[in-house]
Amino acid sequence: MSERAIDSPTSSALAGRIGLERTLTLVARLREVGIVIVLLVVVAIVTVQAPLFFSISNFEQILLNVSLIAIVAVGQTTVVLTRNVDLSVGSVVGLVAFATGDLLKEHTLGVAGAIAVGCLIGLGLGAFNGLLVAVAKVPAIVATLGTLYVYRGLDFLIAGGKQVSAIDLPRGYLGIASSTLLGVPTLILAAALIALGAAYLLRNSGAGRQLYAIGSNPTAAEVVGIPTQRLIFGAFVVCGLCAGIAGVLWGSRFGSVNALAASGLELQVIAAVVVGGVNIFGGSGTVVGAVLGAILLATIENALRILHLSEFWLLAIDGAIILLAVGTDAAIRGYFQRILMRTGRR
Amino acid sequence: MSETSPVLRLTGISKRFGAVQALTDVDVALFANEVHALVGENGAGKSTLVKILAGIHHPDAGRIQLSGEDLVLSGPAAARDLGIAVIHQHPNLFPDLTVAENVFVGRLPRNGVRGVDWGELNRTAQRLFENLGVKQSVSVPVRGLSVADQQLVEIAKSLSLDARVLVMDEPTASLSSHEVERLFTIIRQLRGRGVAILFVDHRMEEVFEIADRVSVLRDGRHVITAPINELNPAEAIRHMVGRRLETLFPKEQATIGEIALEVRGLTRRGVFSNASFQVRRGEILGLAGLVGAGRTEIARVLFGIDRADAGEVLVAGKHAEIKSPKDAMRLGIVYVPEDRHAQGLVLDFSIAANVSLPIVERLSRLLVVDRVQERQIATDYSKQLQVRSTGVEQVASGLSGGNQQKVVIAKWLATKPTVLLLDEPTQGVDIGAKAEVHRIISQLAGQGMAIVLISSELLEVLGMADRIVVLHEGRVAAEFARDDATQERVMAAATGHVEA
Repeated sequence: MSERAIDSPTSSALAGRIGLERTLTLVARLREVGIVIVLLVVVAIVTVQAPLFFSISNFEQILLNVSLIAIVAVGQTTVVLTRNVDLSVGSVVGLVAFATGDLLKEHTLGVAGAIAVGCLIGLGLGAFNGLLVAVAKVPAIVATLGTLYVYRGLDFLIAGGKQVSAIDLPRGYLGIASSTLLGVPTLILAAALIALGAAYLLRNSGAGRQLYAIGSNPTAAEVVGIPTQRLIFGAFVVCGLCAGIAGVLWGSRFGSVNALAASGLELQVIAAVVVGGVNIFGGSGTVVGAVLGAILLATIENALRILHLSEFWLLAIDGAIILLAVGTDAAIRGYFQRILMRTGRR
Repeated sequence: MSETSPVLRLTGISKRFGAVQALTDVDVALFANEVHALVGENGAGKSTLVKILAGIHHPDAGRIQLSGEDLVLSGPAAARDLGIAVIHQHPNLFPDLTVAENVFVGRLPRNGVRGVDWGELNRTAQRLFENLGVKQSVSVPVRGLSVADQQLVEIAKSLSLDARVLVMDEPTASLSSHEVERLFTIIRQLRGRGVAILFVDHRMEEVFEIADRVSVLRDGRHVITAPINELNPAEAIRHMVGRRLETLFPKEQATIGEIALEVRGLTRRGVFSNASFQVRRGEILGLAGLVGAGRTEIARVLFGIDRADAGEVLVAGKHAEIKSPKDAMRLGIVYVPEDRHAQGLVLDFSIAANVSLPIVERLSRLLVVDRVQERQIATDYSKQLQVRSTGVEQVASGLSGGNQQKVVIAKWLATKPTVLLLDEPTQGVDIGAKAEVHRIISQLAGQGMAIVLISSELLEVLGMADRIVVLHEGRVAAEFARDDATQERVMAAATGHVEA
């Protein structure tokens, strides 16, 4: 029993409830722990099968692959927490990636300028999504499905079959992804910094708390005077900005950008968010979970390639993991809900 | 009145939901060619009885007999097939289907292999409405029809099923007086055709206009059944409120100060109109009335959730514009809503996070919430209200109903309000916790807060309030000082029966 107890519990029933409460809180935390355990199991199995897998350079490769997805997943988590979803993130990444590359190729702007403009484009595209959802009240799934195509269309319009290749890009820009800081690739550091910063703010800032409240109980949030509309708009802006940052880094990481860059990325991102335990109905989940989800999926992908398994297995296993994650969640929640019911609420 | 055998007879019906005994040993008999009114306070068990007749709830004990034969209403379909038609307060129709389809839903006329025989469907439906003497196009979708017209669709449906028993649950609740007249004409017509009608209502004037016989329920028990001419409205009301043991609430004397909140001619079209009242610091103002009288709606306007169409609100003597809950909070007005699960608490949050939610911006330094201060505030208010928990980090979903309600109140106290609007603060709270909530309310008034207490429980209002404003259909029907208020007088005003 906590020494901060406000009022000493009187009955053993209450004591039982407290134990249950603790277990429940633990289960919520367990989500992250659970992913880590699954991750370790995967690593162990694959290492036995293919010792090549277990090397620092391979892990670095996995994390490099995860970095951009993780940054987008941070933004997506913010949106999903409010009971919405942003399907347009892949197109935003693609559009920003090409625009940034094009600016650099034509020497319109310096590296810093192009990066700033790229981030601003992402922010603007996110703001447009936010307007559609928060102000015009278009359901997020429809609004962002629309902008998924619109933004990709703009991308095609600008690119027009052209491609930005590594030779077109300044060395300073390409160096962002390949450089290291204290032995760690800058890209991984950037992603970690963004994820940890967002995790901290979502947990501890007033606005972060309000986002969770909106997703968990919209009516109560309204009654408390939380500016729901403004916050949902803000969540989409953050999501657009994150996608913009990922877009800016895209060319640096992959060297070449065409109009198809990052298509389908939105599904990978949503998969990571869901596997990471962010409730698709809003209100619960963490950025850390989402990033761990992304790492798990990327590790499995890497492992399957090392084991020379076919593309079919890759997709099937990704799918199975999503179902498993969501299924376990539902089962555990249902189980504890029943116990709570039985011990009685009155 | 014919003393033939009843069409439908309920004997010894009891029903319990969890800890609440909704009905105890209720007897009601319905006769052909008769309108039987069922009256009672909020929570007297009227709706439960209706739902048992509709086959939605199953009684724990008792017999249901139709034309002298025992039967079991296993579900809504069974009730319908046996000729018991129930028209709920809010018609359950399919808005995108046409009127005719709604009347015959589930049994559309077939036309061999080609599917639905639309011509036959529309002709039959049209004939039903003609029978009722109502002009209604049957090929338009139900969406867009008024509630009154939707009820007629339900009535037409019951006609098409040759219902022998028609149960109507507060059918006039959202009708205009003209629509009520039309409905009554139709009810009389159906009565003439031998249908037994159970008419659930709480407006005395209507009951005495339409009914042939009245049954009164109180606290889930059958009190009396009498032919309408052997009872007058005042007697009916007396039976509704009865003489129950006074539960004593710890109402403390408070010094009553200046006016904290004044409402002048507040109107929200179609919901309430011309509401005027005032509350002083240290005073508890009871807002009494039946469900749907407009009490919650007034509170929602005062808290800025909904907007008024006309009227003025004055806070501490100054004109106040309340456009959002934020405005209201800035003016020191807070609202503890009726349904704490849906509107009050974030169940996934800890007690501390719930308490700090309205002031989370003020508690933030450089974007980040000051956890130490948050804990301190939550702990202070939890202590004051004696919230029983393992600590302020406990998740709200694990608390009992009474303690959840205290957390909701604590949340608002943290904003240091001057006016507290409490909407059914003890609903669904057990008796022990109830007394505690009452103690808290009384204590807050003692600290100089102005309190508006909305409650459907007469005894609660009578026990707690310094003054009582009674609403009836969106209008202030009466105002009583504490010493002048009696159950009978308040109930009479709430049911629209003005005392002679």
